[in-house]
Amino acid sequence: MTRPSAIAKATDAGFDVRRVRDDFPALHQEVHGKPLVYLDSAATTLKPRVVIDAVADVYARDCANIHRAVHLLSQRATARFEDAREKVRAFLNANDTNEVIFTRGTTESVNLVAQSWARTFLREGDEVLITELEHHSNIVPWQIVCQQVGAELVVVPMTDRGEITREAFEEQLSPRTRLVAMAHVSNALGTVLPVEPLIGLAHEQGAVVLLDGAQAVSHVPVDVQALDCDFYAFSGHKLYGPTGIGVLYGRERLLEGMPPYQGGGDMIRSVTFAETIYNDLPYKFEAGTPDIAGAIGLGAAIDYLRSFDQEAVHAHENAVLRYATKAFGSVDGLRLIGTAPGKVASVSFLMDAAHPHDIGTIVDSEGVAIRTGHHCAQPVMEHFGIAATARASLGMYNTTEDVDALVRALQKVKELFG
Amino acid sequence: MMDLRELYQEVILDHGKNPRNHRFPEPHNREGRGYNPLCGDKVTLRLQLDGDKITDVGFMGQGCAISQASCSTMTQAIKGKTVGEADALFSKFHAMVMGEAGADDDFDSLGKLAVFAGVREFPMRVKCATLGWHTLNQALRNEGGEAKTE
Ligand SMILES: Cc1ncc(COP(=O)(O)O)c(C=O)c1O
Repeated sequence: MTRPSAIAKATDAGFDVRRVRDDFPALHQEVHGKPLVYLDSAATTLKPRVVIDAVADVYARDCANIHRAVHLLSQRATARFEDAREKVRAFLNANDTNEVIFTRGTTESVNLVAQSWARTFLREGDEVLITELEHHSNIVPWQIVCQQVGAELVVVPMTDRGEITREAFEEQLSPRTRLVAMAHVSNALGTVLPVEPLIGLAHEQGAVVLLDGAQAVSHVPVDVQALDCDFYAFSGHKLYGPTGIGVLYGRERLLEGMPPYQGGGDMIRSVTFAETIYNDLPYKFEAGTPDIAGAIGLGAAIDYLRSFDQEAVHAHENAVLRYATKAFGSVDGLRLIGTAPGKVASVSFLMDAAHPHDIGTIVDSEGVAIRTGHHCAQPVMEHFGIAATARASLGMYNTTEDVDALVRALQKVKELFG
Repeated sequence: MMDLRELYQEVILDHGKNPRNHRFPEPHNREGRGYNPLCGDKVTLRLQLDGDKITDVGFMGQGCAISQASCSTMTQAIKGKTVGEADALFSKFHAMVMGEAGADDDFDSLGKLAVFAGVREFPMRVKCATLGWHTLNQALRNEGGEAKTE
């Protein structure tokens, strides 16, 4: 069943998936008496040992609040926290660490831009442009702010293959468009959006562009300066890092002009009852004690990822994706949802024999973890006239054998429901 | 090890594939709509209530085998029953799929509905099995809005 050639090829490219698998403790367990096959990395990636250790080490050794005290533990925690910010800066190729704001995740990053930038600068009659394939967390914050300021939410439709074309985008873009918020990679379908030309078009109209990079950061190279985007949001937990930590990159010029998102400690320079002077970037947007260990864990995840040749990681994932797409194609009565030519990491599908929910339960009993449901992208489901899909999604640790295990489990679905 | 056959009993597979009372009864004077935000499953239930008696009932909607089979067997079980009897069935059914202590004693009185006992071992699927029943509850109370499983 396995095809050693596909694995060997990835190894040749300087990426040894066997070794990688050893770094992820969660992979080495049984579920329902079967070895775990984890195909749900789009929901959250597993964590390498170095990340788990980094988080534990913060609490075991450098357990202190940051930016507050003169004592040594606080100095160490602060240094490690700020070091993590520099790692994120380098990872995104941002110009300055001032442009890297720690948040709870993509969701909070998007809400920050909606409530700080958009709520301040949008007026009645302005338009916010999103696409049909967005995750709810890149829809709802815009609905909320549009209602608050009387702006209009405009949606770029996707094709039946799950693409956002330049033509469709241009059709909806207008001089009234003040902000474009779109996924870099779709979570429900795996589509990679042609963000570079779209950002160029948006800028020609004077619009500001936010990219939701939740699904992109672990699968495609991200360089915010080359992309020329104004905001970039992502979550640590989808980049082999901890939950509870995320990032908003913002262009310094824009961040400077934005009011704070939340008020509290750390985000101020001085407070009297008459007047409060806000702190400099990025602290202006980091009210309260952050997830210190989370940020440090994210730094460790970035170090881990960058210890590999990025191109080799992506090539390995793409080889497994191609293998999966082909293998699923050979399963009778299986239909792929989302067939854009440019895709990474995720395959959504339906089966004639069973509803996605039943597929999920049955393959779980075989040890295979996939996601079923609407993937927080109900407009995508509506486009295809369905309520849910089953989705297998890849991380750097997956192999063609994982795909084979899922295909075998899908045969069980057919046996049971046949 | 989990036993899938405990969950997917023949009766459930059969009703999942060929749901009974999968139609809207005419006339009807009550309607309930149910939605499971977890999976996006939707069901609309309509019934004719004559006095205290459910004289006809049917449902439309899409969902997994468990939710479809549950709606199907539920409509069969409650047709001709009074509101009080239907409520009592729901209570017993709920206790069974939630695996509440003492529920075992009551399985026989649930008749065909007892095939859902296996759901106890699959906590993620309890909401699939109860969606139809929550919707029934809403229809009987004739409350506005949707019955949600969350
Ligand atoms: C494309 C996309 N955007 C946003 C999010 C939200 O991320 P989080 O829940 O980590 O804030 C997700 C997570 O599923 C996602 O896939």
